[in-house]
Amino acid sequence: MKMPTPNADTLKRRGEIIERLRAIVPGEGVIVDENELKAYECDGLMAYRQLPMIVVLPETTEQVSAVLKTCHDMDVKIVPRGAGTGLSGGALPLADAVTLGLGKFKKIIDIDYDNRCVVVQPGVTNRAITEAVEDAGYYYAPDPSSKIACTIGGNVAENAGGMHCLKYGLTTNNVLGVEMVLMSGEVVRLGGKHMDAGGLDLLGAVTGSEGLLGVITEVTVRILKQPEVARGVLVGFPSVEAGGECVAKIIGSGIIPGAMEMMDKMIIGAMQDFVDSGYPLDVESLLVLELDGPEAEVQYLTDRVKDIAASVGSTYLRVSESDEERQQMWKGRMSAFPSVGRISPDYMTMDGTIPRHRLADVLTRMNELSQQHGLRVANVFHAGDGNLHPLILFDANKPGELDKAEAFGHDILRLCVAVGGVLTGEHGVGVEKRDLMGEMFTEDDLKQQQRLKCAFDGSGLLNPGKVYPTLHRCVELGRLHVTDGNIPFPDIPRF
Amino acid sequence: MTDILKPDNVAQILGLIKWAVAEKSPLQVCGHDTKSGLGAPSACEHILDLSDLSGIELYQPSELVMTAKAGTPVAEVQAALDEAGQMMAFEPWQPGALYGTEGGTVGGLFASAVCGPRRPLAGSARDHLLGFEAISGRGEVFKSGGRVVKNVTGFDLSKLMAGSMGTLSVMTQVTFKVLPKPEKTRTVLVFDPTDAQRAMLDAQNSPYEVSGVAHLPTDIAAKSAVSYIKDKGAGIVAVRVEGPAPSVEVRCQSLRDVLGAYGEVEELHTHNSATLWREVRDVEFFKGDADLWRLSVPPAEGVKIASQLGGTYFLDWAGGLIWLQASGEDAQRIRAAMASGHATLMRGSKDMRRSMPVFQSQSDGLAALMNRVRAGFDPHTILNPGRMGGG
Repeated sequence: MKMPTPNADTLKRRGEIIERLRAIVPGEGVIVDENELKAYECDGLMAYRQLPMIVVLPETTEQVSAVLKTCHDMDVKIVPRGAGTGLSGGALPLADAVTLGLGKFKKIIDIDYDNRCVVVQPGVTNRAITEAVEDAGYYYAPDPSSKIACTIGGNVAENAGGMHCLKYGLTTNNVLGVEMVLMSGEVVRLGGKHMDAGGLDLLGAVTGSEGLLGVITEVTVRILKQPEVARGVLVGFPSVEAGGECVAKIIGSGIIPGAMEMMDKMIIGAMQDFVDSGYPLDVESLLVLELDGPEAEVQYLTDRVKDIAASVGSTYLRVSESDEERQQMWKGRMSAFPSVGRISPDYMTMDGTIPRHRLADVLTRMNELSQQHGLRVANVFHAGDGNLHPLILFDANKPGELDKAEAFGHDILRLCVAVGGVLTGEHGVGVEKRDLMGEMFTEDDLKQQQRLKCAFDGSGLLNPGKVYPTLHRCVELGRLHVTDGNIPFPDIPRF
Repeated sequence: MTDILKPDNVAQILGLIKWAVAEKSPLQVCGHDTKSGLGAPSACEHILDLSDLSGIELYQPSELVMTAKAGTPVAEVQAALDEAGQMMAFEPWQPGALYGTEGGTVGGLFASAVCGPRRPLAGSARDHLLGFEAISGRGEVFKSGGRVVKNVTGFDLSKLMAGSMGTLSVMTQVTFKVLPKPEKTRTVLVFDPTDAQRAMLDAQNSPYEVSGVAHLPTDIAAKSAVSYIKDKGAGIVAVRVEGPAPSVEVRCQSLRDVLGAYGEVEELHTHNSATLWREVRDVEFFKGDADLWRLSVPPAEGVKIASQLGGTYFLDWAGGLIWLQASGEDAQRIRAAMASGHATLMRGSKDMRRSMPVFQSQSDGLAALMNRVRAGFDPHTILNPGRMGGG
């Protein structure tokens, strides 16, 4: 993984930069000590580490604005960071950049039940939003697995998903507005408590932009009323194909479950070992579904799901009889990643999306790749929306295994694109998939995306080296390639 | 004289755009030209008519995804979806009642991105556009997004294209999410509600997953084609419930219990429900040519803002959307009435739409940012110049 070469001139000016930042954020808000900087050297993608040049932890929008303006004026790069739970290296520090942490932005500013929204600072965790409104019967729908720790600002930057997003959408479908600071220090507001922003939908473009367009300092999210009943259903199958067919039939019959997760035999065992969720061990694949709504609806849908499961030859089916039992069913699935630690010293979590009907082909091909690379792979996926999370198992202490795992992972992502899918469903591109962007996009596709970056950050100082494999300067991107305009077009009908 | 150019393939469109750039001759981009009443009028010498770039490219009902060329008639898309029991859940409006036009293409649908009453539950057109292929005003073919529902690969340019009124790039193909049609639909009506705003919010904030909440004051209700509403001589709050049959029945009953506190309740069944929500979606109560505004505001403020402004109005989105018949010249008064939100002049004379901002003006910083974004796609302003105003 090649990151931009550190700018020697910037490193030379470190002392001056520290001084300028301390004038904005006094006291312990500017971190310069090597031991303390170590806490920021990576995000959830721990394979890549880099000490930041300086860490700054502002507490107000005004401070964020002043920090960005100062860095802009001094030509210093900025890497924004939330809780650091991201899995694609989006918050990986740069040796010559200031890491700007939003951890002190922890206030819930406004809970507005009438308008079904909550206004929060970006450092509030995903789970804390739901906790703030659950007594009144509301919740915030997107629920990444890291929801206890990850922050809403990071969720917006990465367009986080989770198990409920098949029915309730990703972050982008649940954010109404943001306040953000541009690299120039300018503060802009996009959207608000009303639906749909006016003018061009910049809010949509900023969501999922991985910290390349601006620093988010306030977020307005919509909240939903909790359903009357939520019921879990476990369905086991004698083959992965039967599980895939069941998913297709459920969706094809018009049922959109609140969540629908699938896992293969290897990981079922590991999960059951880790948390006793009552998962059957004699099945090749297992679906965990959640059906929500009024009791009558849930009952009706449960019956239909039972019929569909039987029609594809399921060999196990259990419906939760209490909310505790439903939560227990989910505990297994939620522990997917840590439970793999029991069957392998190390693992690499991949994230790609495929059209659902290609599931069986992709799993077959993935098994072939597994043999080819000599590494095991375990699979959990958000079955309803085709978002796969293959876990590549390896041992970092064995020479060459990390490289093998990386090569295997890249082959899996190429496979996802080849069958009509995408490189990342919810973890983002970051540095992890940056060099694979060419698998999915042409040079012109990528240039057009980077022109958006130039409109927000013409100097290219915000989070460089992430998402886009080639660093274009904005001026290069401005060139026009139109040469010949004197074509009469005799073949085009005119009226 | 205006020249209408009708290419039927991407190579021809690319050639035309390159030619337009070299000639510095702007293009008015359109499909069936059903929505030229929206936005500032264009004065281009050349019209780029995409209606021959037509056809559904891919439709897999079990994937909940369709890909179609930009000029494909919406009617053709809806017929294909109907056959599979699916729909575009954001309820695309038909602009006939507003502009007296018929037809419409799928490209125009996403470029204008106006959506119907299901907005608070199902989202807008922007939430359903998964990917697209386009030609920028630089004469470059590019694509963004994909054809799977979960995708965070690169910047989400689809959101930006939705509602950009053809000012960024010419979309040649769109891929969008579709959803199963509900098995059953019912509408609970409250006649002469004692507090229309609270009744709407109670319905919206109930756990009964309502898919439409509107308020028609007495004068608007009298224009409905549904006799239960028209003949009652009362204003109504209408709440739609959709889904599996047994679920709809219990949710309707629960809503009747909740809403009974606000007045006499009644229930509309399938046919009448469909008529009412089509009237709301297509703004059929405001046929004619009087100036018409569309205000997007926080839902809890809808009734207050609408009554302060006076005139004839009705509300959708539980109060979050106000359709208001008022002179275009009232722009300043209308826009000043909103603490947050935005107002669009949806119908007004060409002169009026030329002389004032049809869309809400942005703060200077935001307007400059939007102009930089637009310049990134169309630096020579050859695509629908000025259609969205300066910002």
